Amino acid sequence: MNNERTDAVSQPNAIAVEVRGLGKRYGELWALRNLDLAVPRGTVLGLLGHNGAGKTTAIRILTTLALPTEGVASVAGHDVALDPDSVRRSIGVAAQEATVDGLLTAHGNLVMVGRLHGQSARAARRQAHDLLAQVDLADAADKLAKDLSGGMRRRLDLAASLMSNPSVLFLDEPTTGLDPRSRNELWDLLRGLVRDGTTIILTTQYLEEADRLADDVVVLDHGLTVAHGTPQQLKAQIGGDRVDVSSASPHELERIVEATLPFASQPASIDKDTGVVTIPVRSDVRLMDVMHAVDDAGIDVVDINRRQATLDDVFLILTESRR
Amino acid sequence: MTATVLDPADTTIAPTTAAQPTLAEWWRHTLVFAGRNVQHIRRLPEKLLDVTIQPIMFVLLFAYVFGGAIGVPGGNYREFLIGGILVQSLSFAMVGPATSIATDLQEGVIDRFRALPAKRSAYLSGHFLAELGGMALSIVILLGSGLVVGWRPHDGIANLMAGLLLLLLFAAAMVWIGTFIGLMVRTPDAVMGVGFTVVFPITFLSNAFVPTDTLPDVLQRIAEWNPISVMVAGIRDLFGNSGGQVGAQPWPIEHAVVLSFVACGLLLALAIPFSLRRYRSRTID
Repeated sequence: MNNERTDAVSQPNAIAVEVRGLGKRYGELWALRNLDLAVPRGTVLGLLGHNGAGKTTAIRILTTLALPTEGVASVAGHDVALDPDSVRRSIGVAAQEATVDGLLTAHGNLVMVGRLHGQSARAARRQAHDLLAQVDLADAADKLAKDLSGGMRRRLDLAASLMSNPSVLFLDEPTTGLDPRSRNELWDLLRGLVRDGTTIILTTQYLEEADRLADDVVVLDHGLTVAHGTPQQLKAQIGGDRVDVSSASPHELERIVEATLPFASQPASIDKDTGVVTIPVRSDVRLMDVMHAVDDAGIDVVDINRRQATLDDVFLILTESRR
Repeated sequence: MTATVLDPADTTIAPTTAAQPTLAEWWRHTLVFAGRNVQHIRRLPEKLLDVTIQPIMFVLLFAYVFGGAIGVPGGNYREFLIGGILVQSLSFAMVGPATSIATDLQEGVIDRFRALPAKRSAYLSGHFLAELGGMALSIVILLGSGLVVGWRPHDGIANLMAGLLLLLLFAAAMVWIGTFIGLMVRTPDAVMGVGFTVVFPITFLSNAFVPTDTLPDVLQRIAEWNPISVMVAGIRDLFGNSGGQVGAQPWPIEHAVVLSFVACGLLLALAIPFSLRRYRSRTID
């Protein structure tokens, strides 16, 4: 009973976050509607969507910063509207804009958060020291938060959200504005937390991030859930592989679509900016056949390659079809 | 929620803090927030200027520059002055809490506090504690510089204590009014505007620096019923600095001590609940 992490392992099916029919209306506009979630302990849920899709609204409700207009949500077994204090004891939050106190040092920020979580001054200082090392800010411990770079502030914000050893961690676009190296380090850190039993809900606009980290993905568009499943399921749902054909001359693109029509399992899409035609194909289609077909049509092709569908493809199809 | 959602693991987290007496927890959080403000001052010492150097400048300015040209009952302008400067300085100091709260609201840090299991009111009470400390320092500095320029209390230790109590009560009321203003304005910059368009005329259209009987008739009536005048008169009475007041005083000035205590209590009774309510509505959507 003393170690929640042990319980998490012995109860792999326990639900950390459960949401039913959640909706939030601002004035006339529904920022979020009919959201249903059941996030098992020790897993990562990715909320995917454009700006204004309702991701941040969902996070704000689940972290007790906003009240739902309709529906119910519970985090770590506590209702967010009825028992917000218990929810707050169980969660860590790293918001989109780093919520740190600019006039306190990096270390001072963490100690303050630890103290407000009921830790003794000594325990808070030790924890702050350890976490700063973990997020690679040990050298900046005594700098004022306002003097840190954007990426450092984000990492400090993450450290602050970890001060309470939260069982559920909420991250709103955690890697926005981070350089690739910091982003990879952050992913490693998050994977470590999940291994230890932490449940993570993160929002992102980066499909790669959801693909790499999330066990489950919810795609939001204009406040509504347009898809829900594992990254694999979502990719399977929109069918097979992709063949990308790029041409130097824009007027060839339509002809590429015509030439490859026999292989397409779904309508091909044209990206005029990059000069690439993307053709969804069944898995038994051979790339060589596609190449021959394009060549026979006398089209000058710069590049042609075959790949698995990415979440980008899922996202494009799901959100385009709703427009 | 449903039984499957209730995870026994969670019960191990909650009691560590929930089991503590609520009042002790609230007080501890208040101290953490007050400590935060004190650390801010260590980083930005200029924040303290308006409660330290500025009052001294006013004392020197009025005692040595303007004072010679102002005649007062009893003839000792420096005795007359200190009560006025105390009240004027404490009124102006409300800009401090207003600005820092407006700044917190504008920056995201308030969301961090709100997602923590800290009592909502502890943020405001911590602010209050730190700001009241600053104002108390201001009172000490003002009385000290008063002693230097020749001010003395003449009405016994009991009344001196009552006067200090009244000053602290007034300071508390000013902190809470500043808090409320900070919660009302959209940006920290707006605080200065409110400070100068409201606080400035109210404090100067009073008996703080000049005897009201030198004012034109209409202004004299306004100044006599100005709560700042009542407050100043109350402090002067308790410190024994009213001088040889001749003739009947206007009703509010006659009952200045009682009215001052009542007014401060009334201000606190209004400003605290309104601030708490405004804080709630400003910080939840």
